[in-house]
Amino acid sequence: MAVPMNVTEKLAILADAAKYDASCSSSGGKGRNSLKSGGIGSTEGMGICHAYAPDGRCISLLKILLTNFCVYDCVYCVNRRSSNVPRARFTVEEVVDLTLAFYRRNYIEGLFLSSGIIQSPDYTMEQLVRVARTLRTEHRFAGYIHLKTIPDAAPELIDAAGRWADRLSINVEMPTEGGLKSLAPEKDLGDIRSAMGRLRLSIDEAKAEKKAPRFAPAGQSTQMIVGADAASDRDVLTASTNLYTNYHLRRVYYSAFSPIPDASKILPLKPPPLVREHRLYQADWLMRFYGFDADEIAPPGDDGMLSLDMDPKLAWALRHRERFPVDVNRASREMLLRVPGLGVKTVDKLIAMRAHRRVRYDDLVRLRVPVKKVAPFVETVDHRPRGDRDTPLLRRDLREPAQPDLFG
Amino acid sequence: MLAVTLDDPSDLDAWRAKARSLLLADVDPADVEWRAGAGGGLFGSDDAVPPPRRTTVPGVPRAFLGLAGTVLAHRDPRRHATLYRMLWRIAHGERELLRIATDGDVAWAHACARQVSRDMHKMKAFVRFREVRLGEDTVYVAWFEPEHDIVPAVAPFFVRRFTGMHWSLLTPSRSAHWDGATLAIGPGADRADAPTEDALEDLWRTYYASIFNPARLKVDAMRREMPVKYWKNLPEARLIPELVRDALPRMQAMVEKQPTVPKKKVTPLQKAAVDAPEGSIAALRRRARDCRACDLWKPATQTVFGAGPSDARIVVIGEQPGDQEDLAGKPFVGPAGKLFDRALEEAGIDRSALYVTNAVKHFKFEPRGKVRLHKRANAEEQAACRPWLAAEIERIRPSGIVCMGAMAAQGVFGSSFRLMAQRGQWLETPDGRRAMATVHPSYLLRLPDHDAREAGFADFVHDLKLMHAVLR
Repeated sequence: MAVPMNVTEKLAILADAAKYDASCSSSGGKGRNSLKSGGIGSTEGMGICHAYAPDGRCISLLKILLTNFCVYDCVYCVNRRSSNVPRARFTVEEVVDLTLAFYRRNYIEGLFLSSGIIQSPDYTMEQLVRVARTLRTEHRFAGYIHLKTIPDAAPELIDAAGRWADRLSINVEMPTEGGLKSLAPEKDLGDIRSAMGRLRLSIDEAKAEKKAPRFAPAGQSTQMIVGADAASDRDVLTASTNLYTNYHLRRVYYSAFSPIPDASKILPLKPPPLVREHRLYQADWLMRFYGFDADEIAPPGDDGMLSLDMDPKLAWALRHRERFPVDVNRASREMLLRVPGLGVKTVDKLIAMRAHRRVRYDDLVRLRVPVKKVAPFVETVDHRPRGDRDTPLLRRDLREPAQPDLFG
Repeated sequence: MLAVTLDDPSDLDAWRAKARSLLLADVDPADVEWRAGAGGGLFGSDDAVPPPRRTTVPGVPRAFLGLAGTVLAHRDPRRHATLYRMLWRIAHGERELLRIATDGDVAWAHACARQVSRDMHKMKAFVRFREVRLGEDTVYVAWFEPEHDIVPAVAPFFVRRFTGMHWSLLTPSRSAHWDGATLAIGPGADRADAPTEDALEDLWRTYYASIFNPARLKVDAMRREMPVKYWKNLPEARLIPELVRDALPRMQAMVEKQPTVPKKKVTPLQKAAVDAPEGSIAALRRRARDCRACDLWKPATQTVFGAGPSDARIVVIGEQPGDQEDLAGKPFVGPAGKLFDRALEEAGIDRSALYVTNAVKHFKFEPRGKVRLHKRANAEEQAACRPWLAAEIERIRPSGIVCMGAMAAQGVFGSSFRLMAQRGQWLETPDGRRAMATVHPSYLLRLPDHDAREAGFADFVHDLKLMHAVLR
């Protein structure tokens, strides 16, 4: 080693290495501020995006790795031990200082700290915990902290992580066990699930008892890489359903596999279209807030892939023309939520309004719903859908022209 | 036409006081001209509001005041008149006005409120403090150009967040200052009053450039959330043109580059060998971890194997793990487990002397939203799991087996065993072992009335006490 690296050089390497983790959320958890402590930091439920990069992603947290040295060799990962990328390692103090300096200038909501595994899972986890503990106890820092959790680390270390962090996350990495085995041979689905199970128990316990020590009040989340293996969208959504049900995750993040420097030969040559990731997020949203389940969105039988040229709710509605048109003045909230183009907010406005007067077609226009998409599926006092458009015709009229995918 | 002037056109209390007196005097909204600016200044003095014609104003929905407070921060000069017209309509029979989202006034007010909220949100996001050293003191100063008159509404957020700092927020129309104890809202400032740089901004730009993924260029998405009008006060924004221009070549270079041969030798992590001699319970547990003899493993978290000393004199067998056991990986830790613990305590038995396990080692459930409903394992699944239980008993060689519930009892005594008729006595099993059956604690949890539960619990404890004969 020649000259020791300065913080700028380390930051360039260790932020670059962290950018494949999609989550930058700083939402969730109880509000808190610094009025009493006289320190700095607050969280008020909804996170704030302090900047946007030209990839359209929000920059909310200082998202870095403590180090990108790693003893694992996960094929899709830029930091795998056989990769030739430059390596760096922050000290605990450097991360603490950087977080505080950025926070004071209002660049960030807090810290999302992850790390390659060095020496052992316990050693690495202990370093991550030290950063969080130092921020909280020595600097009265009340901003958001998200710690990546290492499934094999000792339970005491995970307890400590939950004590200081707002959110913990363990990446499931691949939608299927086969994918995990072939691309992340040193990781084990059983270990990951059992660690998520323990996290859920600790989070539930802290929530149930007021006097229980704080434990990750903003819950746990995870990430799946999409398009690096052969898993279908149906596989992805089935895996998500299981994760939401079993471990009460706040979010499952889908990260379209993206080309990395110094890629391994095993990986696909071309990345999946970004719109696939977008459709998966839409489907995920439908499962969490619109009462759909995975079987409805990606029915068994066909190839298990979502249409790229229309959103999954519209695709469902076209497969179920018998459920439409829906009478906006009478339908249940559940059914209104299933109308293509109607979102939760619009549905609630319509329901509030129809208690006082009949909803007309013009109301939909004024609510600025996408009428072209909504009209074939609803009726109002003065509107019934044209009866002459069969499903193929409607499909042709409503599909979104494929976005020219920049690199697709 | 009646002219009404507001000194501070964004202040809710001032507008509210005027609106109230107008409403009491029954002044029609069409007859009011609202003016902003120092009273008695540019526009001449206010017209006198006529005397009240009524003594009370009908109650105004709280939601309206909330909405009005936000709308008043908007720059649109029509806001005072529109809000007064809405108030008038609410007071004149349209109590539910706010629920008609498509009404012209309501839609207009909501649109204004949305713009103000967005402006406030963007101010919280895009203010960039610069550090200034003033002797001993360090002050953080920011220059920001909001679209609406939002400083008084946003400043408390900065107080809550940056309590431990001294800071000033400067905008063209107002400023806010916090000295660690008091928030002061002052007049507008000039860009030249704010510092022009901060040593840390280079580091921040390094971060901004490094976190960007050139393989996912989506410039429109960025512009939508971070409109260009804010860029001039964002130190990182100057990098954007270059990052966008270089993205495609960088990405192509990555794709075209042949994978390299790994040069560095990093020893893979050696997982600590599990100390589990062949034939031990620990080795059995290790093997059961990967059991796929039936499909129950698929949606479950883990195999829930037995727990307790490998030389226990008694093996207790339950039916199958539940939600909590599945998450914890240990038998009898959920509600049924807690009841079991209480019964053992009452019976004077130390659980740590027992080896506690289940007939079926995976949780079977049906998902219902976020809840996992317990389902009974079918005969096939029970059969698939039987070798594990047999092996546990084989290794431990207990002097007595306690079966809780029919599934466990029939597994041990055979399918003709009748639990309620034959419970609570030591019997010999078909393969010559000493065993006893009792109810499963979850059966007690399901009993509907309190008395039945109490009686059932007492019987359960009574049965468990039979273990003393074997433990002694």
